[in-house]
Amino acid sequence: MAKILIPTPLRQYAGKQPIIEVKGSTVGEALSGLIEQHPDLRRHLYTEEGKLRAFVNVYLNDDDVRYLDKEATAVADGDNISIVPSIAGGAA
Amino acid sequence: MLSMLRLGQSHFDALRQHGRETYPYECCGVLLGRLDPAGVRVVSSIVRCGNTRTDSAQNRYQIDPKELVRIQREGREREEDIVGFYHSHPDHPARWSETDLAEAHWLGCSYVITSVESGAPVATNSFELTGTDEQDKRLVEETIEVI
Repeated sequence: MAKILIPTPLRQYAGKQPIIEVKGSTVGEALSGLIEQHPDLRRHLYTEEGKLRAFVNVYLNDDDVRYLDKEATAVADGDNISIVPSIAGGAA
Repeated sequence: MLSMLRLGQSHFDALRQHGRETYPYECCGVLLGRLDPAGVRVVSSIVRCGNTRTDSAQNRYQIDPKELVRIQREGREREEDIVGFYHSHPDHPARWSETDLAEAHWLGCSYVITSVESGAPVATNSFELTGTDEQDKRLVEETIEVI
């Protein structure tokens, strides 16, 4: 089982839980498992075309899965998967 | 009803001081705490972050997601949640910009903005990102209670 850390704004769609344990041998399977448990999360994480939204960062432990094998990245028991929407902006 | 952000004087001073130190560039950081039963975001700690927008740091900011992942994880270990963020607007009002809204994705969190004029922090305002998704999100001014 891997643990998925749910960011504050998405907890209302995840039974108000900060951490959810899911099965899955890859990041993609783990995220699918998460959405099976909490279908309301889908539209916040994925576009209508089924792609992860550009501002949604997914990390396996300390690494951005974009620089690993993306959603095919292997997950081991006890791994932490973090979902973090991006933070940016500015005056102009 | 106006939403509210509550933080201690030392945290309020610290985020304004950060804007002074990074002037003429934008500073940024994370507010950790919890949502109290009345719906007030109560800050218990703040974390300074680096601004990764070195190409345009005078009017843009971005927090490295890797830093956010660590802050979120370490916060959980202390039972603190990310309740908001802060940044500065050098020589620009403490109002949200179109860029601020477009780049804001943490619904239900506070976005605190401090104007820094000629190196001195002036106004500090906070805005809650309200709405249900990317289509209807809005930044709405909220009350800051400094205790």
